[in-house]
Amino acid sequence: MIRDQEFLKDIASYCIENSKKLGATDVGVKVIHSVSENVSFRNKKLDESNRADSFAVNLTTYIEKKKSSINSSDLSKSNLEKLIERCIDATKITPSDENNSLPDKDLMSKEIRDLNLYDETHYPNDKKIEFLKKVEETASKDEKIVNTEAGFTENKNNFILANSNGFLGGYKTSNFSSSCVAVSRINGAMERDYEFGSTRFLEDMMEPEEIGKIAADKAIKKLGPKKIKSERIGVIFDKRISKGILSTLASAISGSAIARGTSFLKDQINSEVFPNSINIIDDPKIEKGLGSQNFDSEGVETNSLKLVENGILKNYLIDTYYGKKLNLKSNGRSGGTTNLYFENGTLSFKDLLNSEKKFLYITETIGHGGNIITGDYSVGASGFMVEDGELTYPVSEITIAGNFKEMFKNITLANDLEMKYSTNAPTLLINQMTVAGK
Amino acid sequence: MSNFFKETDIDTSQAEAIVTETLKNCDDGELYLENHKSESIVLDDNKIKSSTYNSDQGYGFRAVTGEVVAYSHSNDISKESLRKSSDNIKDTLKSKKGTYNHEIPKTNSKYYENINPIESKTFNSKIDLLKSVNNYLRSKGSIVNQVTANFLGEHKSIEIIRSDNQILKDDRPLVRFNVSVVLEKDGKKETGVYGVGGRQSYDDYLKDGSWKDVCDEAFRIANVNLDSKPAPAGEMKVVLGPGWPAILIHEAIGHGLEGDFNRKKTSAFHSLMGQQVASEGVTIVDDGTLHQRRGSLTIDDEGTPTENTVLIENGILKNYMQDRLNARLMGTKSTGSGRRESYKHVVLPRMRNTMMLSGKYSQDEMISSVDKGIFAVSFGGGQVDITSGKFVFNCTEAYEINNGKIGSPIKGATLIGDGPSILKEVSLVGNDMKLDPGIGTCGKAGQGVPVGVAQPSILINKMTVGGTKL
Repeated sequence: MIRDQEFLKDIASYCIENSKKLGATDVGVKVIHSVSENVSFRNKKLDESNRADSFAVNLTTYIEKKKSSINSSDLSKSNLEKLIERCIDATKITPSDENNSLPDKDLMSKEIRDLNLYDETHYPNDKKIEFLKKVEETASKDEKIVNTEAGFTENKNNFILANSNGFLGGYKTSNFSSSCVAVSRINGAMERDYEFGSTRFLEDMMEPEEIGKIAADKAIKKLGPKKIKSERIGVIFDKRISKGILSTLASAISGSAIARGTSFLKDQINSEVFPNSINIIDDPKIEKGLGSQNFDSEGVETNSLKLVENGILKNYLIDTYYGKKLNLKSNGRSGGTTNLYFENGTLSFKDLLNSEKKFLYITETIGHGGNIITGDYSVGASGFMVEDGELTYPVSEITIAGNFKEMFKNITLANDLEMKYSTNAPTLLINQMTVAGK
Repeated sequence: MSNFFKETDIDTSQAEAIVTETLKNCDDGELYLENHKSESIVLDDNKIKSSTYNSDQGYGFRAVTGEVVAYSHSNDISKESLRKSSDNIKDTLKSKKGTYNHEIPKTNSKYYENINPIESKTFNSKIDLLKSVNNYLRSKGSIVNQVTANFLGEHKSIEIIRSDNQILKDDRPLVRFNVSVVLEKDGKKETGVYGVGGRQSYDDYLKDGSWKDVCDEAFRIANVNLDSKPAPAGEMKVVLGPGWPAILIHEAIGHGLEGDFNRKKTSAFHSLMGQQVASEGVTIVDDGTLHQRRGSLTIDDEGTPTENTVLIENGILKNYMQDRLNARLMGTKSTGSGRRESYKHVVLPRMRNTMMLSGKYSQDEMISSVDKGIFAVSFGGGQVDITSGKFVFNCTEAYEINNGKIGSPIKGATLIGDGPSILKEVSLVGNDMKLDPGIGTCGKAGQGVPVGVAQPSILINKMTVGGTKL
């Protein structure tokens, strides 16, 4: 089972002491142990079981303003000794950078709050199998479903983060996730869709029947898609993909993109980048939150941050290195955002669908067509046409394109926010985008 | 003898005994051992941003019976850990009974040398070269806004212990050198990226100032994009340049021809074997045997020697790419396509170097035949939904074609098409087949593996271009 804090602390201390002995002026180290068990099913039969037991050490050594790192999965002291030596040798000959340093001591996390991130319940593989049987039985009820796959993963994780300024902290986390993929077929053409749930606690997992039913219903609904004509139209993003808008924002306001000048939001701090009804929050202290943390990946205290307030960009995501570069203090975002979300809009989902005569409703995008430097956006998409508030027919083999700067300013949010992932958004409308089809 | 048990509490014969005992009622399986060393050195924003060395070692123990795979992996190579994995696997397969297939082909071929690229170039000389790249690009003028350059090198040693005490071994070098430049003119910023790599030492790709060619190419692409105008939206003719644009082949049909999706009948190609799936001039192979190429392997990750697999010959679908499991269940032989990202991952049938072979037309003939369309020279990434067959990829360098002539560069747009029908839309196949520069990584089921692609210029009759200009 998962190794305790003492075991991980011992390795962290060993790394710090040895690095210092060999000449490091500062040291940062993370030691992680994780155990993961996965069972997957296909067409109501066991397909795969997978057990993973993994250790990792990530060590960064500094000599004044010079810095180098090593990662290893072998925790034996003889191996670590060799690697530390290698790391120090590389540090000595790496050019110095005045921004390299450990975080300021007064920014470090002082106490570890129990955020309810660890459920010690072990869900044995036999139980996982029973769960998956129910998922697939429900998913395969309709004869149009020709293939189902389902999986259940249980993950337990423990870590220690420490540095030579005396910081040492860590805690256990757990994760349970289950998914179902259903393939539907009509007249020889197939469509695929899915559903999944991910929780810190087993008791919060969705019911298996619900997962199976949603996956199957969605796959059936997609059958017989049409390709539509190219046009400018309002595009509604389903909740599964609307969160992608927030991920784009997070990349564009990361300290590195801002400091390097490679963001379409450079110099936009305190400017209106969204409509004034929009608030965006990153809150690391949500109980049982999938993105929750006590401190960031450097040990810096992290607290709730309003990134966008009344449409105005208020904060960048800052770690120690880029903080020094930008003359800002770290706001505990080394490693990125935590639980990131849009505050709910005012329109109900129905009212949003009815706010114009015709929309394109997108449930899936494919491709990596977002450019953070220019803000240009173009991706493959599939979904449904919406006419008079109703989903009329499925649509595929089209693209949607625009520029994030304009897209951000033309967002309308629904009020159906759910905290299902670490980044969450309600259904949203972008008015308008270019759709390329026939 | 294995090299993996030297500093452990277990020796080769004890490990072999556990493998044989665990797999005795199984159809297939092995103990896969891996030692992986890698480095990354990054220059960014005028500084050495990071230098990282990774050392990873572990095993993946796999047993297969019928369609069921039991897998257990750990980085703790010890008697206790192996026993625990063995118990786990046996528990999963307790109600199954199989017959072990001992047959595995042998090879004396080698497609790359056993060198460790990390050690074959000194740390200092790598740092110096990165600095030279930065100075060289910045000397091109104040238009240069940002330069990023990096070295990625690795050396992977693997051993596969099968149930009859056979040990199969491979040592795999891999390097990649990448340059990215951001140019700024009149408030407009554009990026250009270029890289080279393969299974040799860094210097094989960088000697005699050839690193400058990499810089020049990244600069040229960014410079072209500074003058780009919005891309058109809608269906039109598309000419693809040779080389790297073959990721279209990789996405559009490569994934759909992997054995697992066809055994499971979730690929849009699963019922098309022996049928015409492409225009007559189209032949596509997946070749693991090219010397020193990024996607090449002497043996795959199950120990099967790789080969040159013909996928489509003159438009007819001939073969799927197979690992041992899917080959057995489909009544055929492994094509040496069983790959895994690392010991932490199960084997899947994957591509190696996927290539469309040359036809007889010149690129000029293709362009002059197009009234209105686009000419796509380079791409970023792509993606496919293998079930519906829809695929996309993003242009990073493209031009409009008007009345048979190349016009202005256009902004990066996504192209979208349908896998099973796109190859029927290929109307001309060029005579200029080119390999990509050695930069591709393919993702599937969360596993990334190095791959290569190649193609000549091709003319596609009809594709949807995802621009903003109607």
